[in-house]
Amino acid sequence: MENGSAAQGEGRDPSGFLSEIIGQGVTVKLNSGVVYKGELQSVDGYMNIALEKTEEHVNGVKKRSYGDAFVRGNNVMYISAD
Amino acid sequence: MADIDDGTSAPASEPLDLVRLCLDEVVFVKLRGDRELKGRLHAYDSHCNLVLGDVEETVYVVDEDDEDEEAVKVGENTLDGFTRTDWGYLQTISKKSEMLFVRA
Repeated sequence: MENGSAAQGEGRDPSGFLSEIIGQGVTVKLNSGVVYKGELQSVDGYMNIALEKTEEHVNGVKKRSYGDAFVRGNNVMYISAD
Repeated sequence: MADIDDGTSAPASEPLDLVRLCLDEVVFVKLRGDRELKGRLHAYDSHCNLVLGDVEETVYVVDEDDEDEEAVKVGENTLDGFTRTDWGYLQTISKKSEMLFVRA
């Protein structure tokens, strides 16, 4: 009765959602509050994230941009498809 | 025998592949506690422990004390800059090291 691998009726899998939005524009918020916006290149089971054409926003202000960015999964609060 | 990545077939790429592509490149790393590193990536592992060479570390310190007070003491070989902000002085401390192991 725990969250096994078996599909539970209508329930969908978060990692399924994540693989669906690969290649799309996403917003990634970290626990620190810093936000990264870019194109989702890949995600793994730790929620490590690779982004392309990334912009870094701190307090709503754009601070930097990176061609490619790797975010270690433990820092991630959420990932949202734009 | 072992299936060593021959680079020809691109298997479902994962985020750490990006890190692998950065080996021997100069990378920029943001750490907890308003620290940043810039250096050449010599090695990494699946935890994201890193070995960097020719590293410049920048630490941002907001000094909320009033102006008369001497700012945070820093080590010998540092170059420090102050910037006035709304909250006080923003101090940037730069340190250099030849080789640095960063624990994930």
